[in-house]
Amino acid sequence: MTALSALIRRDIRIALRVGGGALIGVLFFLTVVVLMPFAVGPDLALLSRLGPAILWLGALLASLLTLDRLFMADHEDGSLDLITMSRTPLELACAAKALAHWLAAGLPLIVATPVLGLLLNLDMVATAAVALTLLAGTPALTFTGMIGAALAVTLHRGGLLMAVLVLPLSIPVLIFGVAASQAVIVGPMTFGAPFSILCALSLVSLVIGPFAAAASLRHGLD
Amino acid sequence: MSDLKRGEMQLSGHAVTCVRGGRQVFAGLDFAAVSGEAVAVVGRNGSGKTSLLRLIAGLLVPAGGKIALQGGDAELTLPEQCHYLGHRDALKPALSVAENLSFWADFLGGERLDFAESLATVGLDHATHLPAGFLSAGQRRRLSLARLLTVRRPVWLLDEPTNALDVAGQDMFGGLMRQHLSRGGMIVAATHAPLGIESRELRIGGMA
Repeated sequence: MTALSALIRRDIRIALRVGGGALIGVLFFLTVVVLMPFAVGPDLALLSRLGPAILWLGALLASLLTLDRLFMADHEDGSLDLITMSRTPLELACAAKALAHWLAAGLPLIVATPVLGLLLNLDMVATAAVALTLLAGTPALTFTGMIGAALAVTLHRGGLLMAVLVLPLSIPVLIFGVAASQAVIVGPMTFGAPFSILCALSLVSLVIGPFAAAASLRHGLD
Repeated sequence: MSDLKRGEMQLSGHAVTCVRGGRQVFAGLDFAAVSGEAVAVVGRNGSGKTSLLRLIAGLLVPAGGKIALQGGDAELTLPEQCHYLGHRDALKPALSVAENLSFWADFLGGERLDFAESLATVGLDHATHLPAGFLSAGQRRRLSLARLLTVRRPVWLLDEPTNALDVAGQDMFGGLMRQHLSRGGMIVAATHAPLGIESRELRIGGMA
């Protein structure tokens, strides 16, 4: 346990220091969402109908933007070698890294959502619904993205490949995340059904992600 | 192996073959090292010195043959009982010297030494709070050496360990290696320069 908490603390600390990746994601999210009302125009009804989709798209792209560094930095400076050799199972180390990444880069997106909801003419309930779906859905984005990040390290290809690999896996998360938020705003579906599926997607990725990433890292040892 | 004394360990490789990128680097390599012994792996550039260390560290998979450690902790695998000091020093520029070292101490686990003491041994105690990004190449190497001291592992795998170290640093490192060997550890080092301690030579890939 000390080993894993040490890894989580280190990754969060690096992400929050100058040059760390945590703020890049939030800034990107802010930029996308702030620009959207100007692009769509002053139609408030349209804005609030598009709101959840815009917030979700922004969060998805922001998390893709920062994920490719998840293993790359450790690979480049040799830390990944030592992590692979250590007494901590690689699967757990991967899960700890993904958790740290979510805490440093995913959680700020959810905190920023209520502020951005104002810009998109979302009322209190709708904003809360979007924030809740993001809270349930962004772990799925991080943990499936981790598989792509591990493959990118193994195959010595950077960001672009990762986006291509991860996008298909993140589409279901996007669909059910937006569907649950829309259900609250316009109906006619219930919030519960898509939200449960979203939670299920997150739980599945929590289990599969670390194993797939660790397998990919082990296979690509060199 | 039955002829090992109590508490003694032996690292041995039998007919180890290494293939990288479809090219055979070396084949049928036999080697052995026992507690208190240093092996200097020598050979020309590209003869597979680093590959051999990474094979022992479990970071490469041998194409043939096998590598085993006898007499160590039976519950741990060979890589878990090794320290690997490679070209890349596994330091985060954004973290301070102390943070880097205490992270590896916590993460690697096992029997450990106070890290302030090991920083003093390698001569970095004045720079504890400096971000590692500001260290010189020699200081980074010294910080990596402090990791070997802080967390105790019986097998040290060293890749060009004296690179970037000044003369005083090489002397200090020689002393550390002797101390490690006298405690029953073993060292496998890939090197071009003399190691600075008594060592057995393992030549791979023909004449240098």
